[in-house]
Amino acid sequence: MIADIGLIALVLGFLLSGYATAASAYGGRRGRPLYVESARNAVLGAFGMLTLAVLSLVYSLVTLDFSRAYVADVSSRAMSAFLRATALWGGQEGSILFWAWIMVGFVAVVSLRKWDRDRELMPWVIAVAMATTTFFVGLSVFVSNPFAKLWLEQGAHELTPAVFRPENAVPYIPEDGQGLNPLLRHFGMIGHPPTTYVGFTGFVIPFAFAMAALITGRSSQDNWIQTTRRWTLLAWVFLSIGLILGGRWAYDVLGWGGFWGWDPVENAMLMPWLTGTAFVHSVMIQEKRGMLKVWNMILIILTYALVIFGTFITRTGLVSSVHAFAKSALGPAFFVFIGVTFLASMGLLFRRLDTLRADHELQGLLSRESVFLLQNVLFLAITFAVFWGTVFPMISELFTGTRISVGPPYYRKVTGPLFAGLVLLMGIAPVLAWRRQSVRLLLRSLAPPLLLSLLAGGLWAFGHRQHPGSALALWLLSFAILAVLFEFGKGMQARMRSLGESAMAALSRLLARNRRRYGGYLVHLGVVMIALAFVGDAFFKQETQGPLGQGESLNLAGYSLRYEGLRQYDGSDGREVLEATTSLYKDGRLLRQLMPRQDYFVVQQQPMTVPGVYSTLGEDVYVLLVGWEEIGLQSATFKIYVNPLINWAWLGGALLVLGTVVAAWPSSGATANAGYALRTAKRAAAMGQGD
Amino acid sequence: MRDKVSLSLTTILASLLAVATVQAQEGTGYTATDDEVNRIAKQLYCPVCPNTPLDVCETKACQDWRAQIRDQLTSGWTEDQIISYFVDQYGERVLAEPRRSGFTSLVWILPIIAVALGVTVAVQVVRGWRRESKAEVADEPAAELPAETVARLERELRELR
Repeated sequence: MIADIGLIALVLGFLLSGYATAASAYGGRRGRPLYVESARNAVLGAFGMLTLAVLSLVYSLVTLDFSRAYVADVSSRAMSAFLRATALWGGQEGSILFWAWIMVGFVAVVSLRKWDRDRELMPWVIAVAMATTTFFVGLSVFVSNPFAKLWLEQGAHELTPAVFRPENAVPYIPEDGQGLNPLLRHFGMIGHPPTTYVGFTGFVIPFAFAMAALITGRSSQDNWIQTTRRWTLLAWVFLSIGLILGGRWAYDVLGWGGFWGWDPVENAMLMPWLTGTAFVHSVMIQEKRGMLKVWNMILIILTYALVIFGTFITRTGLVSSVHAFAKSALGPAFFVFIGVTFLASMGLLFRRLDTLRADHELQGLLSRESVFLLQNVLFLAITFAVFWGTVFPMISELFTGTRISVGPPYYRKVTGPLFAGLVLLMGIAPVLAWRRQSVRLLLRSLAPPLLLSLLAGGLWAFGHRQHPGSALALWLLSFAILAVLFEFGKGMQARMRSLGESAMAALSRLLARNRRRYGGYLVHLGVVMIALAFVGDAFFKQETQGPLGQGESLNLAGYSLRYEGLRQYDGSDGREVLEATTSLYKDGRLLRQLMPRQDYFVVQQQPMTVPGVYSTLGEDVYVLLVGWEEIGLQSATFKIYVNPLINWAWLGGALLVLGTVVAAWPSSGATANAGYALRTAKRAAAMGQGD
Repeated sequence: MRDKVSLSLTTILASLLAVATVQAQEGTGYTATDDEVNRIAKQLYCPVCPNTPLDVCETKACQDWRAQIRDQLTSGWTEDQIISYFVDQYGERVLAEPRRSGFTSLVWILPIIAVALGVTVAVQVVRGWRRESKAEVADEPAAELPAETVARLERELRELR
C-alpha cells in the first residue's frame, strides 16, 4: 500500500521533472518569465514527490514488504532497522532513485537561493540540471524500478520482477529477504554511497551554470564561476570523503591488506575527482586573471561526463568488477545519455568559442598561470591513463578477441611519476607570482624548504639504499610539506612582527583572514599525508604467510605473532564466526591480542575476512586468518601484512575536509577578493547586467 | 587449431610430469612455502573472479590454483614457467600487468603519448599568451562605453528593477 503511493509519487516526480526541463527551456528561450516561474514550482513539486517516493521505499525496507523485488533483495529480518533503512542505497534500483532525489534536492536549493543574482542564467540552469534529473528518474520509472513486485510466472522456475502483473503470473511473497550484501554492512560502506552521490550530483550544478552561460552567450562574463565556487567545493569535498570512506571500507572488509586496488569502480570514482580537482584549481585563474576560459568549460564538461560514466560503471557492471554488484539493461540508456550530453555540450562550447577569449596575457614563461596549466595537464594525463586502463580490457576484447587484465602494476607505473610531478608543483606553486616570476627570486624563497627536504631525502636514501625510488618520493613529499609550512611561518611571522600577536593568535587570524589561501594549504597538507600512505604502500609494505600449530609463532619485521587458539560460534546476524586468538609481540614484549576472523554468511553464502589490526602512526600490523584445519582446529594459516604509514591516509583525509571547510566557509563579505574579480564585476555593472 | 592441440598436449604432459615429479620428490621433504607461492600468485589475476589478484582471492578455485603453484614450485618449476603455464591455460587475462607487446602495448604507449602531447600543447599555449601580450600591450580592453549608451543602459536597468 505504502509502496504503491511511492510508485505513484515516483511517476508524478518523473512527469514534473520532465515538465520543469521543458518549461524552463521554453521560458528561457522565449523570455517568458511565467513559464520559468512555473518550472521552478515544478522543481519543488518534483522534489516533494521524490521525497515521498524515497520515504515510502525506506518504509517498505524497514517494515519488510517482501512483495517488492528490491526489498526482498536487500533487506531481511536479521538486519537492524537502521541497516534496513540504509539498504536504500544498497542496490541498484534504490541507488538510482536516491541519486535522483539528491539531484532534485540540489536543484530545488539552487532555484530557491540564486534566483535574483543570476536571473538570465537560471532558466537554463534549471533546464540542464532537471534534464539530468529527468534521465535518472526516468531510469527509475522505466528501467530499474525500485517498487517492482515479484511474480511467479506459470511454468517458470525463476521469479520475475515487474511493476505490473505479467500474463499468467501470480504474485510471490518470500518469507525472508536476501538481506544487504554482508560486505556492505560497515560504516564506510554506509557512508560511502551518500557522500559519493552528493559529490557526483554536486558537480552537476556548476556544469548546469556553465552550460547556461554558454547557451545565453553570457560566457564572456565569469559570474558562473563565482556563483558556483561553493557548489564546486562542496561536490569536491564530498567526493573526496566518499573516496576515503571507500578506501577505509576496503581496508577493513575486503581482506587484502590494502586500501586502494585500482578496481574499475574505484577508478570510475577517481576520474571525476581528478578532473574536478583540476577544475577547482584552474577556475582560480579565470577568477583572478580572466584566462583559461575554454579550458575550464572543457574541464567541467569532462567532469560531468565522468560523473555520469562513474554512476554507469558502478551501477551496471559493464566493466565487470568485484564491486559491481548490479547488472541490468541500464547500459544502452547510459551510453546514449553520456554521448548526447557530451556532444551537445562540446558543440555548444564551439559555438561560443569567441566569447571565451582571455582578458589578460602573460609576461613570463614562468608564472603561477603557467604552472597551473602544467598541473592541469598532469591531472588530465592521469585521468586519461586511468580511463584508458579501465576501458582497455573491453577494447582489447573488441578488437582482438582476447580479454586482458590491467592491474595495479600498470597504474602504479604510469600514474606514479605523474603524481610525483603534481607533488613537486604543489611545493612550488604557492610561492610563484602571477604574470611573471624571476628564477632568482623563486630559488631564494624556495631555498630553505628545498635544502631541508634534500637533506631529509638524502638521509633517507642513505638509510634505505634498497629502495632508491622511495628516497625520491620522500624528498618530494617533504619538500611539499616544508614549502607549505614555510608559507604558514612567513605569514605568521609577518603578523607577529608587525602586529605583536602571539603565535597562536597569528595562526588563527591568518586562517581567518585568508581563508581560501590557507584553507587550500591545509588541503595540500592533507593530500601530502594521504600520499605518504601511498608511498608506504608502494615501497615498504611487507607480508608473510604460514601455517601455525598452537603455540607456534610467525615472524615479520621485528614482530612475532603467536597462535593461541581457534573457536567457532554463531553470530547474531546470520553469520558463522571462526575466530582465532593470537598474541602480537615485538622484541619479546606483548603488544596486544589480535582476533582475526573468518565470517560466513549462511543465507548469502558469502565469506568475509575480518582482519586483526594493531595500528600505530608508524605502521599497521594487519593479520588475516586465511586457512585452518577443519578437524580439531589445531592449526591455522595466517597472513601478516606490515603496512607502513597507512594511518596518515585517514588523518590526511580529515585535514583535507577541515581545510575545505576553512576555504569554503562563508565570509562576512569584508574580505571579498579584490583584483580581477572586482574589476569584472564593476565592468559588468557598468555594462548594465550586474547585481 | 594445430597449435591448440599441441598446446593442450604439452600442458597435459607438463601436468602429468609435475605430478610425477612431486611423487618422486616426496622423499626429499622440500615443499614451497606460502610466501614463495604468494610471490607468484601476486603477479596473476584470478581467472574466474574479475579483478582479484590470485594471492588474496578466497574462492575454492583460487585455493586450488595456489595449491597447484605450490606443487609446481615444489617440483622445481621456475617462476616464468609457472606464469606462462597459467597464460597458456587461461589466457592473457591472468596477467596482472599487461604485456608490452602486440596490441596490448597500446595500453602503455597511449598514456605516454598523451603526456607528451599535453605538455607540448601547454607550452604552445603559454608561448601564445606571451606573444599576444607583447603585441597587444596597447590594446587593453576599452572599458569606456559612449556616455549615452551607459545612460541608456542604466535607465533600462532601473526600469527592470
